[in-house]
Amino acid sequence: MSLGKTEVEYISRLTQIEVREENVDGVAAKLSNILDLFTQMEAADTQGVEPMAHPLDAVQRLRADVVTEVDQHKKLQAIAPSAAEEHYLVPQVIE
Amino acid sequence: MSWEVVIGLEIHAQLTTKSKIFSGASTEYGAAPNSQACPIDAGMPGMLPVLNHAVIAKSITLGLALDAEIGMRSVFDRKNYFYPDSPKGYQTTQFEFPIVGQGELEIDLEDGSKKVIGVTRAHLEEDAGKSVHGLVHGQTGIDLNRSGTALLEIVSDPDMSSAKEAVAYAKKMHELVQYLGICDGNMQEGSFRVDSNVSVRRPGEPLGTRAELKNINSFRFIEKAINIEIERQIELIESGGTVVQETRLYDSEKDITRSMRTKEEANDYRYFPCPDLLPVIITEEDVEAVRVVMPELPDAKRKHFVAKFGLSDYDAVVLTGSRAMAEFFEKVVALTEGKDAKLCANWMTSGFSGALNRDSLTVENSPVSAEMLAGMITRIIDNTISGKIAKQVFDAMWKGEGLADEIIESKGLKQITDTGAIEALVDEVLANNPSQVEAYKGGQEKMLGYFVGQIMKASGGQANPGQVNQMLKAKLS
Amino acid sequence: MHNLTIKQMSEKLHAGEITSVELTQHYLDRIDQFDAELNAYVTVTPELAISMAEEADQRFAAGSAELLTGIPVAHKDIFCTDGVKTSCSSKMLDNFIAPYDAHVVTQLKRVGMPILGKTNMDEFAMGSSSESSYYGPTKNPWDHKAVPGGSSGGAAAVVAAGLAPMATGTDTGGSIRQPASFCGITGIKPTYGSVSRFGIIAYASSFDQAGPMTRSAEDSAWMLNAMAGFDERDSTSLEREKIDYTAELDQSLKGLKVGVPAEYFGEGLDADVEKIVRDAIAEVEKLGAEIVEVHLPNKDLAVPSYYVLAPAEASTNLSRFDGVRFGYRCDQPKDLEDLYKRSRSEGFGEEVKRRIMVGAYALSAGYYDAFYLKAQKLRRMVRDDFTNAFESCDVIMGPVAPTPAFNIGEKSGDQISMYLSDLYTIPVNLAGLPGLSVPAGFAQDRPVGLHIVGPYFSEAKLLNIGHQFQQVTDWHKQVPAQYQ
Repeated sequence: MSLGKTEVEYISRLTQIEVREENVDGVAAKLSNILDLFTQMEAADTQGVEPMAHPLDAVQRLRADVVTEVDQHKKLQAIAPSAAEEHYLVPQVIE
Repeated sequence: MSWEVVIGLEIHAQLTTKSKIFSGASTEYGAAPNSQACPIDAGMPGMLPVLNHAVIAKSITLGLALDAEIGMRSVFDRKNYFYPDSPKGYQTTQFEFPIVGQGELEIDLEDGSKKVIGVTRAHLEEDAGKSVHGLVHGQTGIDLNRSGTALLEIVSDPDMSSAKEAVAYAKKMHELVQYLGICDGNMQEGSFRVDSNVSVRRPGEPLGTRAELKNINSFRFIEKAINIEIERQIELIESGGTVVQETRLYDSEKDITRSMRTKEEANDYRYFPCPDLLPVIITEEDVEAVRVVMPELPDAKRKHFVAKFGLSDYDAVVLTGSRAMAEFFEKVVALTEGKDAKLCANWMTSGFSGALNRDSLTVENSPVSAEMLAGMITRIIDNTISGKIAKQVFDAMWKGEGLADEIIESKGLKQITDTGAIEALVDEVLANNPSQVEAYKGGQEKMLGYFVGQIMKASGGQANPGQVNQMLKAKLS
Repeated sequence: MHNLTIKQMSEKLHAGEITSVELTQHYLDRIDQFDAELNAYVTVTPELAISMAEEADQRFAAGSAELLTGIPVAHKDIFCTDGVKTSCSSKMLDNFIAPYDAHVVTQLKRVGMPILGKTNMDEFAMGSSSESSYYGPTKNPWDHKAVPGGSSGGAAAVVAAGLAPMATGTDTGGSIRQPASFCGITGIKPTYGSVSRFGIIAYASSFDQAGPMTRSAEDSAWMLNAMAGFDERDSTSLEREKIDYTAELDQSLKGLKVGVPAEYFGEGLDADVEKIVRDAIAEVEKLGAEIVEVHLPNKDLAVPSYYVLAPAEASTNLSRFDGVRFGYRCDQPKDLEDLYKRSRSEGFGEEVKRRIMVGAYALSAGYYDAFYLKAQKLRRMVRDDFTNAFESCDVIMGPVAPTPAFNIGEKSGDQISMYLSDLYTIPVNLAGLPGLSVPAGFAQDRPVGLHIVGPYFSEAKLLNIGHQFQQVTDWHKQVPAQYQ
């Protein structure tokens, strides 16, 4: 299975990972190698097999509806790349 | 040629939980920015979700109210997209296995008929944070307080064929979720958000391409926006254009809808089961536990009010307009020992509701409690005061002047039931109006009303009208 | 001092023959002496270590010390540690001072184990050699030309070189067992759900599991006692009764049924490694065990299944690294998309980006069924293979890795051959089973481990087997010459 420029650009957009023009072919080749590994699955007969999302057949545990967290925005924002007036900042988003 | 309109609604109802759906951070509205965004809500490294118990019962409650299938095994999925108010880069939601499946809701149309609207599903998900503009020049601020608040997204079938129907459905759902106590319904604070999917088609043709109208926070604007969007789509198609699937915003100032994004981005959300969460299992016992504590639903209550208390449909509708109103009424009836439910209903729909509206108050913060109103109505029933005097008593109670009995006492509003006193008044009025007495005796029976009016006036409204009538008839015969 | 067992250290501490401060300082001195060359630590925390050691010494004085109190530990740099840089060996988190502790860190702090520092690893635990670290590769203490394995390569190296008596690791596809094998130490990946994942920076959530990396099975048992246990903050943490993993250490292996899967001794397995593993199994047989042949017919499907599922989970687990709230942000982003794209492209290394991209592709429209869902079905088939095998045996034994440690740079250009080197460990993660690696010999002068896999919750049995094996062998006591 081999990926082309279109697919690499598509994946780049989905993952917000930039692939420079000059690297597209290299990335495509590397990803294609991995996809070749994937295609080894095709031969396996999985008819009637239930997909397994988790190793154990455990079910979701629930927590009580109580407030247990305290305000720690100062501590959290101390390590933020950009914050002001209690907000995290990003370049202006136009809606 | 005519056009057919097809509308489906997606309603986001914020569930009334103390803490968030996956963290122990508070959901209280209006806190300082990011003060309620704990490391889990802020999508910090290594943080994990644990599901809030309260959202399960609330979802089942809605499911039962909509006569829907309950998802006995529901699964949380990740919906992947990048946006600054979505801190993890994905929203945790339910895709393939929602907690509430197919159900329905009956709505009342303007012509008095009813229509059943299908509810495709309702699923649990987490809310996003908020973007704040204009805080710092050239930057957008992110407040994650709302991030992780529990939402139930209620998706309707595309069963509505006009803006009016859509609004009727939205209002009915709005009333229902508040009735059930699962959502506070506050549209200004964003607790109840309606997105409308609108399309048009020629009768008999397949569904047209739909546009989604988002973020409209009043029913009036929803109706306007849908109508404008219908017009836009029809004009567009009739002039040879095609509708594109997109999100549009309603601009209430210009009264137009406009496209939200300049370039159309194909979304590929890559839904898959969230590996940090496990399947949610609901048992029959869980469902039964909810069923036994379910409040009576508005429609059932309405029928119940008509049948049991002999109320008119109109009164029943007004009295079940909110759960608080209905429960207030039931309390007043109970406290007056059910002696005159109709009288209680009249007081609730006129004097009491009128006062609430006038002062922009709700049942919950009314200055007159059910006990106070019942105390006053009891005095009407036992003839201590007349209906007319009761209005004075009510106004005084509303102003905080005390209980009905205290007001009646201090203002001397007690009805005159002493036969001698009434007889004196009757005699006086008859003596002062000899020509009217003649007229009555000559066959003009409507004169009786005139005499009653005069006597009541002379008594300052305090004479018992029944007694007055009785005595007049006796004297004039 | 650094060649004592944990129990011996504990006895000396309790007897007052040494203090925790002395023991801790001894390790800090060795780190000073050796780590510049080894590059096994990303961060050393001498002040924190000494202050914690002082607290531990107070506990000895107060009589509230436990077995592990005062014995220092090194944490893999994937465990969030309050106030300490937690980088996951990535440029993305080079500036990330964690504002909270992982559950495992909390547990070991509670016991009173001074933190020596944070160990190097493959970036975001994605790798089998620790070469993908932003901070450069860690060397194998047995041979500085060799990799220590990965992703917990730094952890394995510090234990092997005596730069920490014990270390925490995580294992998503073999990341505890393979470096343990390469560095000649003992490491166990417990049953999925035994150790809380809270505060561990996620790679692949349905696989990640933390465990101890130590000099011996007995040491691992003591450390696992402190690490494991229910944590309400992790939905996948199992609510079970607390297990004493040391309880079965001294049991006899008489009558133990050891399954040997033919599929684990096929093509690609280094002949020297095969001999070492077979000899080790023969040693266990001498201890009274019975050897039976078992089959794991879907073994070859495990690697492709894993390399779909783990990157798929990773692709979204790593979406939170977006340059907005923490971590690396690119210089002067001109708009939001630029912020995302450059922060992520500059912050992540090549292998991490590859796995994110391939994982996103496996989940994307049109490929979900063929890749993701298919891989989940294979996951069940691989799990069922083990379930079937355990009907005729108590544990399964085989190699940990097909070769001894390879050379630095040898495989870094060929990710597929790197992926395939995890073929024996990956099936265990797919199934969520516990797996142990114990030193079993040397091939080409590099250590080789024996892999012991058991049914769910059989950790105490695995450690019992490891311990009994270590009573009759001394591979685990070997120390690289320059680190004596």
